[in-house]
Amino acid sequence: MKYLDEYRDPALARSLLDRIARTVTRPWVIMEICGGQTHSIMRHGIDQLLPPEITLVHGPGCPVCVTPLETIDRALAIAQRPEVIFTSFGDMLRVPGSSDDLFRVKSRGGDVRMVYSPLEAVKLARENPDREVVFLAVGFETTAPGNAMALKVARDEGLANFSEIVSHVLVPPAMRAILASPTNRVQGFLAAGHVCAIMGWDEYLPLADEFQVPIVPTGFEPVDILDGILKTVELLEKGEPGVANKYLRIVQQQGNPVARQVIDEVYTVCDRKWRGIGLIPRSGWRIRDELAAFDAEKKFTVEDIRTEEHSVCIAGEILQGLKKPHECPAFDKECTPMNPLGATMVSSEGACAAYHKYARRGLI
Amino acid sequence: MTDHQDRPDFQNASCPLPILDHDTVQLAHGAGGRLSSDLIEKMILPRFASDELNKMEDQAVLDLPPGRLAFSTDTFVVSPLFFPGGDIGDLAINGTVNDVAMSGADPVALSVGFVLEEGLPLSDFHRILCSMEAAARSAGVRIVTGDTKVVGKGSCDKIFINTSGVGIIPAGVNLSAASLKPGDKIILSGTLADHGMAVMTVREGLSFQSSVQSDTAALNGLTRLILETCPEVRTMRDPTRGGCATTLNEFATASNVGIQLDGNALPVRPDVMAACEILGIDPLYVANEGKLVAVVPGEAADQVVAALRRQPLGRDAVVIGQVVAEHPGTVTLKTGLGAERIVDMPIGEQLPRIC
Repeated sequence: MKYLDEYRDPALARSLLDRIARTVTRPWVIMEICGGQTHSIMRHGIDQLLPPEITLVHGPGCPVCVTPLETIDRALAIAQRPEVIFTSFGDMLRVPGSSDDLFRVKSRGGDVRMVYSPLEAVKLARENPDREVVFLAVGFETTAPGNAMALKVARDEGLANFSEIVSHVLVPPAMRAILASPTNRVQGFLAAGHVCAIMGWDEYLPLADEFQVPIVPTGFEPVDILDGILKTVELLEKGEPGVANKYLRIVQQQGNPVARQVIDEVYTVCDRKWRGIGLIPRSGWRIRDELAAFDAEKKFTVEDIRTEEHSVCIAGEILQGLKKPHECPAFDKECTPMNPLGATMVSSEGACAAYHKYARRGLI
Repeated sequence: MTDHQDRPDFQNASCPLPILDHDTVQLAHGAGGRLSSDLIEKMILPRFASDELNKMEDQAVLDLPPGRLAFSTDTFVVSPLFFPGGDIGDLAINGTVNDVAMSGADPVALSVGFVLEEGLPLSDFHRILCSMEAAARSAGVRIVTGDTKVVGKGSCDKIFINTSGVGIIPAGVNLSAASLKPGDKIILSGTLADHGMAVMTVREGLSFQSSVQSDTAALNGLTRLILETCPEVRTMRDPTRGGCATTLNEFATASNVGIQLDGNALPVRPDVMAACEILGIDPLYVANEGKLVAVVPGEAADQVVAALRRQPLGRDAVVIGQVVAEHPGTVTLKTGLGAERIVDMPIGEQLPRIC
């Protein structure tokens, strides 16, 4: 398949692996930001093929993982209301809140529907004027334009029965939190290619400068990832921090101005709590005040929700690259995808779920 | 006037919709009176006529050749009822034919039970009956007994179909998922994931343009061919729900052996791969309805593949992996880059990813 096969080409991948091995002279810890990259690394076995000097640690870029438990619980409470058609991307349906998930709400009669595009939710609102259609808008910068566009269309059409629960998160503040931590061990980043497709890479320049790290916007196929690792290692070895785009076919320096304009019209930056990490200042988007009528959390009053994470879970340390999944005492014992104790086992893109799926120790 | 004029006109000279007093299924169609007999005599019997069924007894009496009997049942619920490449009707026939055939049996006879929802357009029911008739004829099985129930609107989703089937296992054939040995080869009869992706691309909420077609087909011709070509075949199975990954994990567990797949050998049509990539779904976990996995002794693999490839349903047959002594109970995959990873059992339905 065009634009796919050439980026999975084994010969090209092998030559990149050779070049990485020839370039590296000492140990480096590199974090791939995006859960999609983690998934691809494990699925293609890239971690097994890298020279031992390179340690890949897995970043916080899994939107399902970092969505706070309180948001899930609030979504579950709203989804149970009889007047509501609750819509969500597929992989949010299985994410457990404190005691429930959307599948279970559905089985008890809640009208929960999976959509592929947020505009499908707007269509439902148009077709069901007597019902309230709520869309669970989670994700990083990548999904924000679509989610913002849905709300914009609803506003323009005067669909008062459409609203969103917004829990958007932003990559650069999370990278700053990781780099500023006294326990940080990450020395270089593969930035999330599709986030950069929207936002561009200018916003990483101050981070690279302040913390003297290389940041390399990278794609998701094996050749993309190896190319990104090679560039990061080259910059690390030469002691040259900075931003170097290696996802040239998708990412432009300024990102996608049209998409950014739509986001800006609908959402505004806010402080955001990340599951497993905690509150990060100015790390999320919320609905602008003038569009509060489309904010489901304001429209439907949900009683105060208190949640508690499992005490054994080390998801926070994993999301910050401090530990790897199999270093957790609960990994693959009490904690499995069937019974996830924390954020990183919840989503198929979470680091713990990827390790469970592709690389359980002792089995191969 | 009908209430569904926007439906595609699927009637043709060979399969005309009988003239009935109603456009849609009524509760009375299941009440045992005149409407019931109308439905059975005008719609169902003409499609499924067999000596046994025509007698209209409460049971079919079958004269079967000697041998062990394979017996299987399956209930079919699918939304939407009609999808690219097939519908619930041919699915219901082929599914049970295949379950019987995978034992090595020659499927002989099927029962069909319908649960119809009040309000189902009779033209839809007719279209389903016609495709069941065609599928049964193509598989060479008779429908010998059946039942129809009607439930009130909202009590089921348009139509549920149960089919059960019997077949005779030839003497000497004794297939078992517990009989795999290191050195055996895993053969897949064709491309992965066609059915599951065809249905997914037309599901509500996931509508996007695609040319993906279901692969629904009866495989008893292929199973017979495999048995003739390689009587030592260890086991055969059609990887439906849960996909090829689930079937192979079941084999590895039952035989306590490892299975190693070759990631470069897995056949997936480009349009199916594109749909999988867009939705973030692994074709190894997606349902097939016209493919089989056969495990054969290593030395027989090439011959079986060659024989399969001479058949239209087996033209893409290929060896996808081998049975190994290492990592018993676990399926692994050699990636295109040469690494090895686990192919696990799926937890539940695969869900499209956020991004």
